[in-house]
Amino acid sequence: MSSFERNAAGRLVPTEVNGRKSVPFAGVGGHRPTGRKAAPTIATCLDYPEDGDKRANSISEALKKVGLKDGMVISSHHHLRNGDLVANAVFDAAADMGVKDLMWFPSASFPVHANQLQHLESGVIHHIEGSMNGPLGAYCSEGKMRGLGVLRSHGGRWQAIQDGEVHIDVAVIAAPTADPFGNATGDRGPAGCGLLGFALADSIYADKVIIVTDNLVPFPCIPWQIQGNNVDVVVEVPSIGDPAKIVSGTTRVTQSPDRLRIAELAARFCADAGIMKPGFSFQAGAGGTTLAFALYLRDLMRSAGVTARFARGGSNQYMTAMLEEGLIDYILDGQTFDLEGVRSMHEDPRHINTSPFTSYNFHGKGNFASMVDVAVLGATEVDMNFNGNVVTHSDGRLLHGVGGWQNCLASKCAMLLVPSFRDRIPVIVDEVTTVCGPGELIDVVVTERGIAINPRRQDLLDAVAGSDLPIKPIEELKAELDRICGVPGKVEKTEDPVAVVKWVDGTIIDTVWRVG
Amino acid sequence: MNDMKIVAAVAGPTGDRPRSDLKVTYQPGSEALSIDVSSKVDYLYGEAINAAVKRVVESFNVETGELVVNDGGAVEWVILARVETCLRRAGFDGEGVLPEAAPNAGAVTSRDRLRRSRLYVPGNQPKLMQSAGLYGADGIILDLEDSVPPAEKDGARILVRNALIAMDWGSSERMVRVNQGSAGIADLEEIGSHNPHVVLLPKIEAPAQVKQAADCLEVAGRGYEIFLMPILESPLGIHRAFEIAAAEPSIVALTLGLEDLSAELGAPRTEEGVESFLARQTTVYAARAAGVQPIASVYSDIADEEGLAAYIVRERGLGFDGIGCIHPRQIPIVHRELTPTEAQVERAIRIVAAAREAEKRGLGAVALGSKMVDPPVVKQAFRTVDLAVSGGVLAADWDEVEK
Repeated sequence: MSSFERNAAGRLVPTEVNGRKSVPFAGVGGHRPTGRKAAPTIATCLDYPEDGDKRANSISEALKKVGLKDGMVISSHHHLRNGDLVANAVFDAAADMGVKDLMWFPSASFPVHANQLQHLESGVIHHIEGSMNGPLGAYCSEGKMRGLGVLRSHGGRWQAIQDGEVHIDVAVIAAPTADPFGNATGDRGPAGCGLLGFALADSIYADKVIIVTDNLVPFPCIPWQIQGNNVDVVVEVPSIGDPAKIVSGTTRVTQSPDRLRIAELAARFCADAGIMKPGFSFQAGAGGTTLAFALYLRDLMRSAGVTARFARGGSNQYMTAMLEEGLIDYILDGQTFDLEGVRSMHEDPRHINTSPFTSYNFHGKGNFASMVDVAVLGATEVDMNFNGNVVTHSDGRLLHGVGGWQNCLASKCAMLLVPSFRDRIPVIVDEVTTVCGPGELIDVVVTERGIAINPRRQDLLDAVAGSDLPIKPIEELKAELDRICGVPGKVEKTEDPVAVVKWVDGTIIDTVWRVG
Repeated sequence: MNDMKIVAAVAGPTGDRPRSDLKVTYQPGSEALSIDVSSKVDYLYGEAINAAVKRVVESFNVETGELVVNDGGAVEWVILARVETCLRRAGFDGEGVLPEAAPNAGAVTSRDRLRRSRLYVPGNQPKLMQSAGLYGADGIILDLEDSVPPAEKDGARILVRNALIAMDWGSSERMVRVNQGSAGIADLEEIGSHNPHVVLLPKIEAPAQVKQAADCLEVAGRGYEIFLMPILESPLGIHRAFEIAAAEPSIVALTLGLEDLSAELGAPRTEEGVESFLARQTTVYAARAAGVQPIASVYSDIADEEGLAAYIVRERGLGFDGIGCIHPRQIPIVHRELTPTEAQVERAIRIVAAAREAEKRGLGAVALGSKMVDPPVVKQAFRTVDLAVSGGVLAADWDEVEK
């Protein structure tokens, strides 16, 4: 194994990951790659059918056509979430072909992808670079995966593709609607999922691109989100996903009194701190607490007569209702979380589909994330330095992907909405198990027991001085938890890395260790 | 192990690993006691959990058999309560191990405290108790009666005792609703010495029932005054409302339970409440006549905030001072609706100021301009000001500011 180095977050990180030299986190804004962006191999239209019909009969045939070989990188997207049938089918087909040592590069994985365990075991998949949770997270956490897992943010995934850190050999894009030329969209079809933004980089930068659809329409598929000009092969299958599971359970507003309280405190904070002002912008995700936040914010906006210029999704029925009511001018949407979101994106020109390029990309000439006035996020742990963890459980086990979480920290006010403890496990801790977000970017922590403002944000402290919100130092919250839960023991880490967490610029911010 | 009959026993919710709770099983045997503790938080609290279990085991002198603890992240006072319950059910006798007291466990209350909202929390669901103190309810009621199934009464009683010691009640008044009859007496004996502020007595139909509870609390409470709130839930109780309200000097409030009353009347509870009008009005008259607070029943549709607001306005109109809440989200609505309007507050302040001025000058009558203000109106004005302060629409130091 490679050697380790202590990075700017004070964490021990490997200097080499899966055979590539890696750069330790150098602090926020401390790393600036130079050179030219990566590019796919030069293609020639002469190699493609003049009639535009790129169809193959099966996923196997498509994989053969694009020349899948041992050791290649196959990417997939997660817009179909837990209803996705395609990523599994691709590796099942690869296994039948006898291909080995593939790297799977999904934009995220879901419980349905536990199917890949057999392929990790048999050697078809060498390792995964992407979020791992559930059974895959356990497999990786127990040190059973051959390579190191690499966890990247949505923006970081684009960055890695663009600066050549990851080269995709074959991108397989599940498309709810497509034509034989490869133009594809997510906003309609039986498995409609809204948009395909997470697959956009893959379609542009991969050497070979396969579209898999269950709703083939005659050319042209209008409008398209993925350009057929980047596509090699189109496969029609009976079904790409189970629509009932594409819309995940995360789009229900929480009924938990504690979480409702957290959401309400967060919304009131936005009002009292003056963040909620005419023309402001916000980002709220799909979790039950952040959904409730949007509802409380809506009520405060209504009574104050304030409208937002734009909201960044994960869109859902509540956000689209705000758009229709005129409380939001535009939704800039990264993924749709329910069928209402899909419908709205399809029908309402003010509901715009975006990609990690527009929203989060480190190698873009700016991006939307830093323009957002307030972003509300979850976390598994926050520490006394306001460092946040979103990928591991307090026992060190991989629990979630990074998603857009790190990217959203760039907003003018990044708020973590977290219960102070979960089943006796403190969320406010001395030191997070895994640093995913540096404390200097986490501005406010909202718990049911009070709101802690990062002392680095004197402006926010001043803005809410005199407010009747329960604002207290984070140390005070911690002391309260020590009394309620008891002082937790220290969890010993092993010395075997199983995964690394990348910062948005491609450096390594922390290591995930094998669980003991 | 003397002549006690020791049997197999289990305590805690069903299900293998209840969240924020635990399941404790005891199996008698002749071998030396084995203790098997597993917990989802053992990597953080393993030693603390083992130590807590052992303290209870030692206090109950358990030396043989098999004790299995399956913990889903319960805090210590819950662990202590569940283990104690299991051992008592198995037939062991001993002293319960009391948890460490919360910083505000010794909070005091007063007879005339505001009791606009009181939040019901089931007495056997520790997960719901953890944050009850955060919602700013005027009172929290840990319920041992209707929300606890008969087979769990003993366990809930121990849990509520520990909650009185270790739970964070915030600024809320500490209330417990006990059971009827002998179970109720056992409840009072268990909780009496742990500073319950107000004990709610269900289905009261005669002054003697209140008296019995008061006598029992006098012993269990070791001389501390514990206030009582009888609940009228039957036609007979309503019929004797005044006698009950005036039965004991420790009574501070009188309330009624409309669900049970409707059942006994054979008149289903309606939104308009015509069937219970007499009962509600009688409760208010009896309470006022006895000089205690009349408190209204709960509103059971937690999703209907407008319905709740209308209900409060109606009950307030009958003369009630407070409402029962079954979900924290009802509390702010109750407080809002029971908080006087700006115009009311302004008028009340002028009357209060005039009354103080009159007192200073030794005048018997209070005048506002050229108009005399009757004493009851003055009294009401003081109350309005108090409500405005508690409701957050008037600063507590309003009169300082004025000076």
